[in-house]
Amino acid sequence: MTTDSNPSTMRLSQLPDAHGRFGPYGGRYVPETLTRALEELEREYAAAREDVAFRRELDELLAQFVGRPSPIYHARRLSEMAGGAQIWFKREDLNHTGAHKINNTLGQALLTLRMGKQRVIAETGAGQHGVATATACAHFGIPCVVYMGAEDVRRQRPNVFSMKLLGAEVRPVTSGSRTLRDAVNEALRDWMASVETTHYIIGSVIGPHPFPMMVRDFQAVIGREARQQSLDTFGRLPDTVVACVGGGSNAAGMFYPFIDDDQVRLVGVEAGGISPEPGQNASPLTHGAPGVLHGSRSYVMQDEDGQTSPVHSVSAGLDYPGVGPEHSYWRDVGRVEYTECRDDTALKTFDLVAKTEGILPALESSHAIAKAMELAATMPADKIVMVCLSGRGDKDAAEIARLRGEEY
Amino acid sequence: MSAIDERFQQLREAGKKAFIPFVTAGDPSLDMTTRVLRELAQAGASIAEVGVPYSDPIADGPVIQASYTRALDSGFRLRELWPAMAQCRADLGQMPLVSMISYSIIHRMGIDAFLDSAQGAGFSGAIVPDLLLEEGDTLRSAARQRDFSLIHLVTPTTDRDRMVRIAEASTGFLYFVSVTGITGERNELPAELLDQVAWLKARTELPVCVGFGISRPEHVRMLRPIADGVIVGSAIVRRLAEHADADTALGAVRQLAAELIEALEEDA
Repeated sequence: MTTDSNPSTMRLSQLPDAHGRFGPYGGRYVPETLTRALEELEREYAAAREDVAFRRELDELLAQFVGRPSPIYHARRLSEMAGGAQIWFKREDLNHTGAHKINNTLGQALLTLRMGKQRVIAETGAGQHGVATATACAHFGIPCVVYMGAEDVRRQRPNVFSMKLLGAEVRPVTSGSRTLRDAVNEALRDWMASVETTHYIIGSVIGPHPFPMMVRDFQAVIGREARQQSLDTFGRLPDTVVACVGGGSNAAGMFYPFIDDDQVRLVGVEAGGISPEPGQNASPLTHGAPGVLHGSRSYVMQDEDGQTSPVHSVSAGLDYPGVGPEHSYWRDVGRVEYTECRDDTALKTFDLVAKTEGILPALESSHAIAKAMELAATMPADKIVMVCLSGRGDKDAAEIARLRGEEY
Repeated sequence: MSAIDERFQQLREAGKKAFIPFVTAGDPSLDMTTRVLRELAQAGASIAEVGVPYSDPIADGPVIQASYTRALDSGFRLRELWPAMAQCRADLGQMPLVSMISYSIIHRMGIDAFLDSAQGAGFSGAIVPDLLLEEGDTLRSAARQRDFSLIHLVTPTTDRDRMVRIAEASTGFLYFVSVTGITGERNELPAELLDQVAWLKARTELPVCVGFGISRPEHVRMLRPIADGVIVGSAIVRRLAEHADADTALGAVRQLAAELIEALEEDA
């Protein structure tokens, strides 16, 4: 493994370091008020991670409540259309609540109980993480408040209603751009005032240490299963693994168990939006620069004054100006290739997967599938491209109908 | 010794406490900001904090966040801030200026570029509310070399040994956050606050000033016996936002400053 800034014996899988750093990324850029809570969380998580009973309880929930392991599936007709390597899906869309988000929320909800906290808050963009948090909280009987940008509340009505049905309170955020990043700001603010009694379940591999590490670990079940399933099914590892990257939680969970397997090519796909112009995409690893946002140092979309830039993606789950710090490091050391897929390509791929495979993929995942088809086309038929199908696309049906001018 | 250290020395010699108002740069315009600063200097403010608008201010309450949004919406740019402040600096007498600025902005500018710009514009120090002790080494040593104060914050949730370490790292003064939470006006200050401030004051030479939620003469009277100064933010920002007419807004700020200074200086 070549790691430029760690020429010694440090493997990528051993990061972050004791300060929550992935090379120059990560860390903790938050108000002093949160220090104690973050230190407590770090301590409690470190203990839980080593606790057999905690892991057993989580594994049991993942099996019985979520339906894990999720299968891998050979997308034969799609592979034929791409021409070349075999395309396989890791079916996170088949999880309870329809996406990978539940892997993390159950882990953090268990941790909430362990810390003796009585209330949970969360942010959500498209609503998938909000629904997954509301679900975990309903399961354990923990009161739950979900912050959601007012603009997203309008765009994602079905998820808002689901959260309410699950007993969560949805608080629309009307400040700033009224989208995901404002929801994160508002959740952090709530946490500063309620830190003694409340745990903040962050939905992606972002935020101050230990969140990026902890969320990655809870999501790593995706990659661990996919790795074992590959060995069982093909007798070897896949050649290429592809996942979409917004904040980057499904990609971190999918890639991490393969990160020390140098022979496996890892490809992260950001939201290319409409164009490479500022404000028309959500690809910080492709078009951004290192900066500080929401508590950690990572690639971000900023203007020259350090103000967060507006971003765009057709997919609400990728519509975020930052990305997890570990992805930034994987990018810089060249372990993971990051690329982008534009709105129109993702929409076409959504359609194609629906009609050729009988699966409605989330628009987020459609970005990854599009890139997987492109890569497969350049590879021989005995090669394997594994894509993380991070969620189901029912939630996107109304938006797609709107874009096509059709009745929903 | 920065202008802030000198100011506290003067105040101590005169047996006085510091009144430290906060104003958002560029809300509604940089011109208005400089008028407010002149007004505050005339009213007798000891030091003024100038908030640099940021798009994602997680440490600030709704009033200051809204003012940051207004400033950014009306076209606030850093390159216009520095000359505007440099220009009004001469009218502010002995009132030092401290910038309240997110580390996101400093990181983007680069530490040296930030210190060059801020010092060039007449700032004597900075409060960086999202920079913890552990992440501050580089900025701290660069600031120290230039005699630019870097004011750290302690909060009610900060462990006591950590409070002492923060006090050792801080220069200018220490910003004691009065409540767990975010900036904003409150009806009452917690009673245990005084004990905490007194405990810390016994362990540091630095002046300890209390902020977050200070908006009324009663708050000031409560803190006066213990704290070295009071920081007032949201109450001023709100008064400016309430009045569309500049002269009326300035009058409201003048009146609030006078009331609070009077409460700070009146005989107990």
